Amino acid sequence: MNSLDRLEAHSVHILREAYREFKSLVMLWSIGKDSTVLLWLARKAFFGHVPFPLMHVDTHFKVPEMITYRDQLALQWHLDMIVGENTLALAARQTYPDGALSRVECCKSLKSEALKHSLDGTWPRKRMDHTLGRLADEAKPEAFTGVIVGVRADEEGSRSKERTFSARDSHNEWDVGDQPPELWKQYKTDFAPGTHVRVHPLLDWTELNIWEYIDRESIPIIPLYFDQGEGKRYRSLGCYPCTTPVDSTAKNVADIIAELRGGKFANIAERSGREQDKEDGGGLETLRRGGYM
Amino acid sequence: MRKTHQHEQMSIVMAGHVDHGKSTVIGRLLAETGALPQGKLEQVRAQCRRNAKPFEYAFLLDALKDEQAQGITIDVARCFFKTAKRRYILIDAPGHIEFLKNMITGASRADAALLVIDAKEGIRENTKRHGYMMSMLGLRQLTVLVNKMDLVNYDEAVFERLRKDYTEFLARLQIHPVSFIPVSGMQGDNIAASTGAMPWYKGPTVLEQIDRFQSNRFPDTLPFRLPVQDIYKFTEQDDDRRIVAGTIETGSIAVGDAVVFQPSGKSSRISSIEYFNGPAKTRATAGEAPGFTLDTQLYIKPGEWMVRADEPAPQVGTRLRVNLFWMNRAPMVRGKTYKLKLGALRSTVKLVEILAVLDAAEIGVDSAKKQVDRHDVAEVILETPKPVAFDLIGDIEQTGRLVIVDNFEIAGAGIILAKAEKVAATTEASTLHPAGAHGHTSKFAVSITALTGVDNPDSPVLKRLNSQNAIVTMRTTVEGGGEPASLETVFEMLKQQGFILDYQI
Repeated sequence: MNSLDRLEAHSVHILREAYREFKSLVMLWSIGKDSTVLLWLARKAFFGHVPFPLMHVDTHFKVPEMITYRDQLALQWHLDMIVGENTLALAARQTYPDGALSRVECCKSLKSEALKHSLDGTWPRKRMDHTLGRLADEAKPEAFTGVIVGVRADEEGSRSKERTFSARDSHNEWDVGDQPPELWKQYKTDFAPGTHVRVHPLLDWTELNIWEYIDRESIPIIPLYFDQGEGKRYRSLGCYPCTTPVDSTAKNVADIIAELRGGKFANIAERSGREQDKEDGGGLETLRRGGYM
Repeated sequence: MRKTHQHEQMSIVMAGHVDHGKSTVIGRLLAETGALPQGKLEQVRAQCRRNAKPFEYAFLLDALKDEQAQGITIDVARCFFKTAKRRYILIDAPGHIEFLKNMITGASRADAALLVIDAKEGIRENTKRHGYMMSMLGLRQLTVLVNKMDLVNYDEAVFERLRKDYTEFLARLQIHPVSFIPVSGMQGDNIAASTGAMPWYKGPTVLEQIDRFQSNRFPDTLPFRLPVQDIYKFTEQDDDRRIVAGTIETGSIAVGDAVVFQPSGKSSRISSIEYFNGPAKTRATAGEAPGFTLDTQLYIKPGEWMVRADEPAPQVGTRLRVNLFWMNRAPMVRGKTYKLKLGALRSTVKLVEILAVLDAAEIGVDSAKKQVDRHDVAEVILETPKPVAFDLIGDIEQTGRLVIVDNFEIAGAGIILAKAEKVAATTEASTLHPAGAHGHTSKFAVSITALTGVDNPDSPVLKRLNSQNAIVTMRTTVEGGGEPASLETVFEMLKQQGFILDYQI
């Protein structure tokens, strides 16, 4: 077994453990490369099926191609897909692009808050209707207590300290200092009723691993990651007002792998194009304590 | 061209007592292998200048605000770097006793360990405790870094004394370190290059040493063991497969092999090996997480072991003799119901006997303790209500391990030493010192191998046997050969330990 085989088997094991232990489980899908690899790993774990719903939080500031790609894959792979959003903030134009909020406040409102209320079922959600072939209002949004998330330890400091099964208390807060032990493939899977749990099957993957795996498995990836001839591409996908493309002529997966292995991005942080991380000293950690993924 | 070298990856855990300089060594390793993001080093240096603090490589690791505030590593942080040979994940385990469970999390995932000792402070409590934990966790590749050599004038004698003392300590735990390296994380000596500060040291630098560590190979020559994690039947899109899924711990299996499920004892044959988006498989080996279909419809439950019919069977029983370490604040006590996780199995379990409690820092034995406290290592007998399947740590390490859950938390972790007999008491007699015989203390095990005339065979406690007129057959053995102690001697010692015995020989 090479490293990719090991990583794959490890993630598959975690996904099966989550599916075994949690009754109300959902997987977050940001449409980016990491959570799409995660989705692929779910199909590996369950032999072509994805036996739980996927959730996408739509900020309405995503690049339009992302939404088209999302709906296509959902229909093609028979995915039970749920879409949530912060309808009120969007209607009232309470956003950073509208000039009403700072970047971090905007993330909090359109992502963290929208996610929280989509997960607990208190805000309206849409769900892919496979007979109609489009999203439809969800009649009775259920609450989810187990959430599978595609964060990687190498992304930035706070993510490097995550556990595979990580509890958030009733306020969705994370106690970094007192985390459970994980050893010998045994994870903390017992929780007091009402505890919200995040499951992180991709912690050990690096950005390079992700691309090598996409290459090996021929996973369909949104073309925004590739240079379309203008010498620019996205390295990390977020909302367009806050994500800048990087200068790169990588036109396909092989080019990106070469670029990461020895080229210009070998020593530059992946999220360097994500502006909200820079806004205060510990932008992403502050966001993550408040429920950002 | 084979690409495997591009994929080779190794996990190394960094352990040691608090303030002995782990973070500094890691910061140095990252800086010298070019693993830091562009501008990071300059940014931290500038920050230090602004705050009028001397620059330290440890600051590079202080990714979290909390950690900076307390100045100690509170959790397992993973760092990534690479050498010409392979990629590394460096797991920074905290040295503070409060965070032992974090250290365990880090160490249990690693292929090898670097243990840091402060040359000036020498061997401290957690230097010993971490050594002991690594032995229990099954980590066999260990290199000791004697750090802060610059603070002892790069004195060879200091290094040699520490090497001798710690080698002796580890030998008692059956750990034989691969090497000792004198280093200074602060000055960068012997981390990536030798710098010439210690001309008397001829061995490898830290980077050279880690490139020499062996990657843990998957144990595919051992008997096949699959913890059955789940059984799937997804009917969507007309799928009619009934798939047994799990991650293969050891061994290998092929389509057509006869299999047995334990502890139920049900048997079948492998009909297919299932794997999504890959060529059809006829064989699967340790480390893989495929699925299996069987040629008969069996009712099996998650938690059983699937094993090969032509290989040694696992143990099946209700009583396990276990070496256990305890991490929860609340002690482990007799009579309370805990949850056992062993492979994919979940069961209730009770502590029925404490045979000895070891002080991991001093490796002394306290056999009088009535409970297992936080940070204790204890030899205990655990009992499950129904038979469970398991292996002994000496037979198959991967399947001879368990964890105990208390109040929703993984509170204890243990290795299975033996299957305890249904009605028997075993005493590991390191505390029994027979006078006489050979003029030295021989270590001998006493096991009661057969009992008759017991009204209640489920009553396991030796103390109760007396009132029930049990007839006991006892055998004594002496480790390393030699004259066994007489039964009178053994019974006398059992009495001294509080057993009530009325015996005739």
